[in-house]
Amino acid sequence: MTQKLLSKANRRIVKDGLWDNNPITFQILGICSALAVTVQLKTALVMCAALTFVLAMSNVIISLLRNMIPSKIRIIVQLSIISSLVILADQFLKAYMYDVSKQLSVFVGLIITNCIVMGRAEAYAMANPPWKSFLDGLGNGLGYSCVLIFVAIGRETLGSGTLLGFPVIPQFLYDHGYVNCGVMVLAPGAFFLLGIIIWIQRAISGYTEEQ
Amino acid sequence: MEHYLSLAVRSIFVENILLAYFLGMCSFLACSKKVETAIGLGFAVIFVLTITTPTNWAINHFLLNKGALSWAGMPEADLSFLSFIAFIAVIAAMVQIVEMVIDRFSPKLYIALGIFLPLIAVNCAILGASLFMAEREYTFGESVVFGLGSGIGWALAIVAMAAIRKKLEYSNIPKPLRGLGITMIITGLMAMAFMCFAGINFN
Repeated sequence: MTQKLLSKANRRIVKDGLWDNNPITFQILGICSALAVTVQLKTALVMCAALTFVLAMSNVIISLLRNMIPSKIRIIVQLSIISSLVILADQFLKAYMYDVSKQLSVFVGLIITNCIVMGRAEAYAMANPPWKSFLDGLGNGLGYSCVLIFVAIGRETLGSGTLLGFPVIPQFLYDHGYVNCGVMVLAPGAFFLLGIIIWIQRAISGYTEEQ
Repeated sequence: MEHYLSLAVRSIFVENILLAYFLGMCSFLACSKKVETAIGLGFAVIFVLTITTPTNWAINHFLLNKGALSWAGMPEADLSFLSFIAFIAVIAAMVQIVEMVIDRFSPKLYIALGIFLPLIAVNCAILGASLFMAEREYTFGESVVFGLGSGIGWALAIVAMAAIRKKLEYSNIPKPLRGLGITMIITGLMAMAFMCFAGINFN
């Protein structure tokens, strides 16, 4: 390897996934699970960690095997690598964080069909060396995490007045008639917040969709 | 009978797999630009969900669950940790078989569904329904009704969305909000509307 491990080009790969090419707001990938786990910040953080782990590891493994995978059956090979990693993550959560894994219920399993993982494996890891693929997976995982954490912070503070379980809305506001916004705990709140976050991100980055 | 009816209404309207559990969002957002494609994809999803959920029920019940292998003389075995990989393999295989069967018996439908069928294998709604079925410990009959109901609910949502987006072409939306942003907000409004069904119960 002639390049340094954290050269400018490599840092660029991470930054790409975080902002310019953010998987959720730009590539429209992985929204399925992004919303369901964001009622509380805690579950969102655990989900982010699990997804970033699976994404980075699957990118590395697929990149190592990329010259050996016959192109006709590559989808099923990728799926089995990804689902083995998801089983690892799920068993880990069940063993060490049982209550969170109960709250996440089926959504850890749904990382398998999360489009980000498949999308990055197909678009990046199949054509690039392992270290770069690892960085790409990390960048995209972190980009996904950022959006998820923003949505979760918004939903938990507005919806239940807490953050990571601690109350953040001062009591005198409640005394003066402030009420928690119930819709934020339910599904529509997640859609609204994500729509607004996408709006802000695109207004800053200047990206528009052709109609 | 009322129990099944109630479960069907719940999975179509109240706990709509898309609007309440956010499953299948990716293809929902990508394929809701035209009403025709939305209808085609909707029917394909109904079809695959109705087949895969009971199939996965059988896999879960006879192979994976704790004590499920007692018919093979291994009552101690607990393979439930394998459920993810087994379910996704069943789904991928079923989609392939469905594709071949449709191609053989109804080439017209095959051309209409064409590109969408393979994509369904990685639709979260399909895997999600199987995982919910395993988690909620449905019986065989319930899993058929649940699969069918979830499929109909998903199809309903995507067709409605495609119709709304067609109307949106004439409206003046701020540039950064166009496309994904406004679609998310409309989905939110639709989710609110579907919540009004929450009071319906046949039990």
